[in-house]
Amino acid sequence: MDQLLQFLISGLTVGSIYALVALGFSIIYNASDVVNFAQGEFVMIGAMSAIFLLKGGLPYPLAALCGISITVLVGLALDKLAIEPAKNATVVTTIIITIGASIFLRGVALLIWGKEIYGLPPFTGDKPITIGTATILPQNIWVMVGTAAAVLAVKYFFDKTIMGKAIMACSFNKKAAFLVGINVKQMLLISYGLSAALGASAGILIAPITFMSYGSGVMLGLKGFCAAILGGMGSSMGAVVGGLLLGLIETVGAGFISSGYKDAIAFFVIMLVLFIRPSGILGKAESDRV
Amino acid sequence: MKRLAGYYCFAIATLMLPLLFPDSYYVTVVGVTVCTNIVLAVSLNLLMGYAGQISLGHAAFFGLGAYSSAVLTIKYGMNPWLAMTAGVIAVTVLSYVLSRPILRLKGHYLAMATLGLGIIVHIFFVQADQFTGGPDGISGLPVLSILGYPIDSDLKWYWTFAIFMLASVLFSLNIAHSRSGRALAAVHGSEIAAQMLGVDTAKVKSHVFVFSAVLACITGSLFAHQQDFVSPESFSFFFSIELVTMVVLGGLGSTFGAVIGAILLSLLPEVLLVFEDFEVMIFGAILMVIMIFLPQGLFVAMEETFFRLLKRKSQGSADVTS
Repeated sequence: MDQLLQFLISGLTVGSIYALVALGFSIIYNASDVVNFAQGEFVMIGAMSAIFLLKGGLPYPLAALCGISITVLVGLALDKLAIEPAKNATVVTTIIITIGASIFLRGVALLIWGKEIYGLPPFTGDKPITIGTATILPQNIWVMVGTAAAVLAVKYFFDKTIMGKAIMACSFNKKAAFLVGINVKQMLLISYGLSAALGASAGILIAPITFMSYGSGVMLGLKGFCAAILGGMGSSMGAVVGGLLLGLIETVGAGFISSGYKDAIAFFVIMLVLFIRPSGILGKAESDRV
Repeated sequence: MKRLAGYYCFAIATLMLPLLFPDSYYVTVVGVTVCTNIVLAVSLNLLMGYAGQISLGHAAFFGLGAYSSAVLTIKYGMNPWLAMTAGVIAVTVLSYVLSRPILRLKGHYLAMATLGLGIIVHIFFVQADQFTGGPDGISGLPVLSILGYPIDSDLKWYWTFAIFMLASVLFSLNIAHSRSGRALAAVHGSEIAAQMLGVDTAKVKSHVFVFSAVLACITGSLFAHQQDFVSPESFSFFFSIELVTMVVLGGLGSTFGAVIGAILLSLLPEVLLVFEDFEVMIFGAILMVIMIFLPQGLFVAMEETFFRLLKRKSQGSADVTS
């Protein structure tokens, strides 16, 4: 029982990060039908640039903010330079383009930051707080609160603001959105920026706990993709639920079965879910179009 | 005869190479890698290009073939051919059992499930170290011999792989023009339309999945004997992605597209070695640029341009005569 509480804390922490990455996946997927395999690279770039700006002497909040801004610029460039020129490409082709982009970004990161592993200091101290027999680090709380804030902000953006509604309109039907005077290209660009910002925030939130290197984005990106699929591709709240669930499954699997097989357990559960519900937990069942 | 003219040229070129350059590193070492990748890309193209079912876990079957050969011959002293057969049987059963639930999925969900399969198998290779030797892998496979002739030199391995590769390519070219090939194409076009025409789509998809897995498995066995060493690294998620890239880069659905893609992606790292630290970045950039500007694939784009030029030329000469 005590162990369970500890698993819950670590599971929700990792799960929060997966949720943010998955949310980024589903925003881009909704806006442009592209599964962006460079999403994990956003996480890495956000964290790594914040780390090096902090080292360079910027105050912590400013370094974090600049880290996010740099990542947003990368996201915008990805849309403008790689996705937009290939507008008539098929799903598989765009997947390869984003994989190419992710390899390219990793290559650039390798040149700039080298192969070493870096971490950020915790936002506010590292004195553990004890709850019963479980302990929680202040950073764990930051991760959960930060994720909750980001998710609520995204929800507000899509539900209440004109721009958010315009992006939603594009995801339902691009042509119709264009006909009512929405600048579709600009909305796609904004979705890439937003998604990059979410990824970078995830990276900065988790860097004090897990450390980062130029290759850290790959697994985080894959897990985010899993979470998005688990929740149902394209459903924003599904992505959040999927992320948290994935984090919990992983930690509980690692704790009770085997830590070496923790990723295998997570993927196994996802495959089972897909076999039973082929469109994810919160996804709408798709009907074939003839 | 005309349909296979390109194939015969390719076969002659492949078989001439070791005669012209018997000592070249590019024939005996890189050549074998190229042949391995061609068979894998061609087998994946059967599933992805012909039947339209994406797979991000193809390296798993390649790895299962390699590991069943390595583990059964080294740990259990089994005859290499027997070990290879055992691997093929295991992969046939596994892929058949998995094919129905996996291929019921579509699009991104199918990508996810195959990705999961690849990662689970890879983790198993790393973790089950009492069998697989863990991350370090295992080495010391017995020499493979065909009808009493041992394959014990690099050049002999080139011949083995070249013949195996040419047979696979020929098979893939021929299947497109058979009843099953047309059924696959119908499934690719529209599953519902194919069903209406009386194609048992579930069966067709499951057969091509099993076949493609078994071809990868046999390649894995040969690869293990040729390398004399297996480690999980060769069968990771990245390799699955690389295989998909080969197929798409050359041109999805075209056998020669897969061949060209495989050749290109096997040679590119050799060429980019000169750039040292810039290698990863340039590789990513090349991938992006080709896919952005030639989304239908390199080979298919070349083919189209060639035929367009040919047409224009014949039109030109027709004008002169009239």
